[in-house]
Amino acid sequence: MSAAEKMQRQQNRTAWLFLLPLIIALVGVAIWPLARSIFFSFTDAFLDAPANYGFVGIDNFIAVAEDPVFWRAVKNTLFFTVISVGAETLLGLAIALLLHRAFVGRGIVRAAILVPWAMPMVVSTRIWEWMLNDQFGLVNKLLVTLGLVEKGIAWTAEPSLILHTVIFIDVWVTTPFMVLLILAGLQLIPEEIYEAAEVSGVPHWKRFWSITLPLATPAIGVAMLFRTLDALRMFDLSYVLAANNENTMTMSIYARDQLISFQDLGLGSAASTWVFMIIGLIAIVIVGVLRLDRTTG
Amino acid sequence: MAITTTAPAKRYSNSTYRTIRRVRTFGLYVSVTAVLVYMLFPYYWAIVSSTKSGQALYQFSLLPSLDFGNYWQLFHNPVFMGALVNSGLVAFASTMISLVIGILAAYALGRLQFSPGRIILIAVLMISIFPQVVVLSGMFEVIGWLRLYNRPSALIVSYLILTLPFTTWILTSFIRDLPTELEEAALIDGCSRLRVLTHVLLPLMGPAIASTGLLSFILAWNEFLFALTFILTDENRTVPVAIGLLTGSSRYEYPFGQIMAASVTVTLPLLVLVLIFQRKIVAGLTSGAVKG
Repeated sequence: MSAAEKMQRQQNRTAWLFLLPLIIALVGVAIWPLARSIFFSFTDAFLDAPANYGFVGIDNFIAVAEDPVFWRAVKNTLFFTVISVGAETLLGLAIALLLHRAFVGRGIVRAAILVPWAMPMVVSTRIWEWMLNDQFGLVNKLLVTLGLVEKGIAWTAEPSLILHTVIFIDVWVTTPFMVLLILAGLQLIPEEIYEAAEVSGVPHWKRFWSITLPLATPAIGVAMLFRTLDALRMFDLSYVLAANNENTMTMSIYARDQLISFQDLGLGSAASTWVFMIIGLIAIVIVGVLRLDRTTG
Repeated sequence: MAITTTAPAKRYSNSTYRTIRRVRTFGLYVSVTAVLVYMLFPYYWAIVSSTKSGQALYQFSLLPSLDFGNYWQLFHNPVFMGALVNSGLVAFASTMISLVIGILAAYALGRLQFSPGRIILIAVLMISIFPQVVVLSGMFEVIGWLRLYNRPSALIVSYLILTLPFTTWILTSFIRDLPTELEEAALIDGCSRLRVLTHVLLPLMGPAIASTGLLSFILAWNEFLFALTFILTDENRTVPVAIGLLTGSSRYEYPFGQIMAASVTVTLPLLVLVLIFQRKIVAGLTSGAVKG
């Protein structure tokens, strides 16, 4: 054995040693629980006696797929994800472009926009719930005073509005994250390109379409991927605002409801396995699209 | 000012340019103010509302009224104070565990020539985008085996699924950015890898560890789903759940003043820390995403 091989082998051993705690911990809290959840979805176990089960094949998966409430939750989640990620991206891009320009106090403003992001989602939800309250909320007060509406709108109770309210709050909470990631992308664009474009008399809007947007696209793409996967698993915002109200129920709420409220370990696990498959499929598609984009672009 | 120095070919008079410039600057500051109001006003309104009780709460004055009754009640509420302690302990413990494990792993992933490293890093990233609800039933069983059900320590264990991938990922990208010369010198002098990590790298990583730790602390402090599911009784709850479950006797008797006081209280320490570590946090958040 050559000295180089010996060293490489020793380095491998050291690496495994350093990684051992991580691997043990992640197997314990992620991979094993995931495997058990999938396992339980083929059984008829209940939460109070999980050791007492029989195999039922794919019955649980069929039962979930035949439940209209589940599809309602899937539809809500997809609607929520598409609209809120879309709105966050546009708003995030606009604010990032604004904060990319030089002005007095830029550092402070960049710090200040972190405020909504650092708050617990529960707190943000509660604050907006208060501001949007139909009788005593500031927003309705403002609308009534301006004469736009006769009496306060029940933003958080009216079935046709509540999902839109959820989206509105989510956009407020997560736009800062978008701004940060897009801003980081904008800062990677060399200033010389703009100077060259300006000297050649390229108009502002064209500079944006032909320089800024294409060069910021990778950053925007990654930010959208992160946000989409995060939005698809959304739980706390809907739950705090409306518990298991069908109008705002997300896939995560549905799965937890089966598991905890109905104590049905088998059905609940099947529901969460469905969630896993749906999100996994969407993730694969998005990553594929991003890759394609990178190789052709 | 952002006004460019290389002036384009002149087509207007100087005074027209001056006017255009003024309008643009004005527009810029108006937009920035609008963004600030959008981002900050809700929290300000929470502070204002938290200092009002009774009828004052419904009077829409934009200034706080300096009535600290809500806070007094809150700090004498054993459930809330207990939740504050639980949240602090849980977030602190899971952050510390994640940092220790994460630093060890990040050194192997960021520095050692090691081919399975890439696969492990991808696995770590995939775990970090797992929907939490997917592991809920399996986690229930693990918590049961460890006999931790309805104990705050159940959350310390389960939060590792959130904080561990996160700290590992960010610290790996930090370590990759550090210069290697010092370590190589130490290795040639016969230092062990562990000694290199603790004596050469760790002193350099102070700021990185502080910001990663803070982000992980925020993640654990804000978590809701596990805290709602694995804790049954009020005295073991964490703050987000305590606030989430705080309700009045009916929809029209919400104790809004108190909820706002609780909201302000649990957010203030986070905001102060975030503002102090702002630069490092932004660096940490974006380094993981932009390079990855």
